[in-house]
Amino acid sequence: MSPTILITIISLSLLAFLSAVILYFIAQKFKVYEDPRIDEVQALLPAANCGGCGFAGCRNFAEAIVKSDSFEGLNCPVGGAAVMGNIAGLLGRTAPVSDPKVAVLKCNGSTEYRARTSVYNGVADCRIVHNLYIGETDCSYGCLGYGDCERACAFDALHINPVSLLPEISDEKCTSCGSCVKACPRNLIELRKKAKKDRKIYVACSNCDKGGPARRACKVACIGCSKCVKVCAFDAITLENNLAYIDATKCTFCRKCVPECPTNAIIEVNFPPRKPKAEAEVEAVKT
Amino acid sequence: MLKTFPTGGVHPPENKLTAGIPIEYLPVPGNVVIPLSQHIGAPANPVVAKGDMVKTGQLIAEGKGFVSANVHSSVSGKVSKIDTAADSSGLKQTAVFIDVEGDEWLDTIDRNTNIVRDIMLSAEDIIKKCFESGIVGMGGATFPSHIKLNVPSGKKCDVLIINGVECEPYLTSDHRLMLEKGEEILVGTSILMKALKVEKAMIGIENNKPDAIARMTSLASSFTGITVHPLKVKYPQGAEKQLIKALINREVPSGRLPVDVGAVVHNTGTAFAVYEAVQKNKPLIERVVTVTGKSVSKPGNYMIRIGTPLSRVLEAVGGIPDDTGKIINGGPMMGKAVSNTDAPVVKGMSGIILVPAAEAVRKEINPCIRCARCVSVCPIHLEPYLLMTLSERSMFERAEKERITDCMECGSCSFTCPAGRPLLDYIRLGKSTVIRMARQKVLK
Repeated sequence: MSPTILITIISLSLLAFLSAVILYFIAQKFKVYEDPRIDEVQALLPAANCGGCGFAGCRNFAEAIVKSDSFEGLNCPVGGAAVMGNIAGLLGRTAPVSDPKVAVLKCNGSTEYRARTSVYNGVADCRIVHNLYIGETDCSYGCLGYGDCERACAFDALHINPVSLLPEISDEKCTSCGSCVKACPRNLIELRKKAKKDRKIYVACSNCDKGGPARRACKVACIGCSKCVKVCAFDAITLENNLAYIDATKCTFCRKCVPECPTNAIIEVNFPPRKPKAEAEVEAVKT
Repeated sequence: MLKTFPTGGVHPPENKLTAGIPIEYLPVPGNVVIPLSQHIGAPANPVVAKGDMVKTGQLIAEGKGFVSANVHSSVSGKVSKIDTAADSSGLKQTAVFIDVEGDEWLDTIDRNTNIVRDIMLSAEDIIKKCFESGIVGMGGATFPSHIKLNVPSGKKCDVLIINGVECEPYLTSDHRLMLEKGEEILVGTSILMKALKVEKAMIGIENNKPDAIARMTSLASSFTGITVHPLKVKYPQGAEKQLIKALINREVPSGRLPVDVGAVVHNTGTAFAVYEAVQKNKPLIERVVTVTGKSVSKPGNYMIRIGTPLSRVLEAVGGIPDDTGKIINGGPMMGKAVSNTDAPVVKGMSGIILVPAAEAVRKEINPCIRCARCVSVCPIHLEPYLLMTLSERSMFERAEKERITDCMECGSCSFTCPAGRPLLDYIRLGKSTVIRMARQKVLK
């Protein structure tokens, strides 16, 4: 072996050893203690980094939850009760009960019901259209259909229907992270309490105009007639700014308001088909 | 070598089709819709009620708050309702609807066309008169003029600049006004000089209007302190800060006003409106609008009563041509497409352009090729490509630091971009978001 190689090996080994010693002492000196539970909690989280909890990502949420003494204000909507229960078990706490939610679109102004009155040929971005003008229809509150919500959804739960030009939300895939709620410049998406069999009754409209203009702009607009408010026996429906709202926590799914609405602005989802009145009576007689 | 501003700018095709067509008075329409917010600032408060009879020139809404302007009836007749009406973008605003009956003017208004040169009012009274008459910037920004005439204490204004640049393609309303009402504009300028207590006024006119330059120069010789300056044709020279730089070589710093460098800028249309208000006691109830387009059968410059529905105006020019793809309110560079032709003509409407469908299509959007042409044409040293990306990604705090609010939305960047990037679309979004965020911060 030539002396050059030998010198190289020895000098490099010495250098490596010296560096290791220095690094060891530096590591000791600047050691940062990190709660090992943060890693464990993070492993339990869905790792979607969607921001639905209000933190920048799952790691930040895990840090916050380990640091905090209670679960107050901390919830992973994506993981839901199962994940929160697991975390609670790990940390030796009890998880609060939180209702699972699902996103609904408070606009039903599809191309069929809401006439297009102008053509927009600029950038396909709802924020820009909303900032620029009323939109392609005469409704200044309704869905613009350029898919900001679709792009915001990290779970493939939301797609713009090419025919109706409205987003369609998949109840199975929606994790209620709220990204679409934040993305919509017209605040049309609401996270509502999930009911059994994914049943939903809600006012699919956000138009605050008076009845006349609202109706002229869209056939299925809420005209603020307050018929639904009167028919509701549970005080679940309120009318504000010419717009009805159904409180999901009070609604008992009796469905009485749905046929009452003259413009079909209240919609029911995932219910069995209604029996025609005559048949229902016959059935009642039989039993 | 003609003067102009040094940085950036573009030269779009001029298309001044109506430069040779004299101003024509459009007949009074059957009904008008007069919005209460035709200016920057707080909407005016209506002082008439449904069923009231009003005369032409009568006050119908009072400006409230510091930045606001009065609104007057442009016709005589009966107030049919006070309700919301959609503007040219389709957005709803409160407006006074009047059914026209005859054309009976207020007795106090001097309708004689003889020119009154002697200025009787004091500086304070002139400013008061401008407020009472609802005068706003007629170039399009519609900033209430009386505020600009009140020089804040501690600041000194030494020159008045009258903006006869009209750098937007197609528009010729100021051009025709200078040719036909030149003397009135010059008296208006003298009135503004008196209000501002300045000795010097400069009228800037771009060199593509040699007839207006010649006419104004010869007329100005009989007025003390007023000079006319031809300028090299370059867009956006009609912007306040660019015009100041071009004429007197002073630069208005970011976030400051022209008065901070001792200048105040008013449009020729405003000078004419001030003349009419002060000398003839006539409030701002009509304005010159250029209605033009390559296929329009009767393009021209029309004196139109405020509140006239656009559909009436379009009828008067021979209807909307079949090949029309887009109707623009304002100039082709800064104007906005009209989505509602029932919208009324307002104080800030300088032109209506009917663009053929073949020219109305937007360029296909391609990736940025890093040529930096947007940076070189930006007249205020901004970086449009960066501002666009920041807005697109909702990084508004960073956009604020990059001075997005300095953008005057001239559109030179979008006009120049070889890749068809929607630069201004996103910058507008970012700018309005940043302004909204700043307002919320102030409220907190």
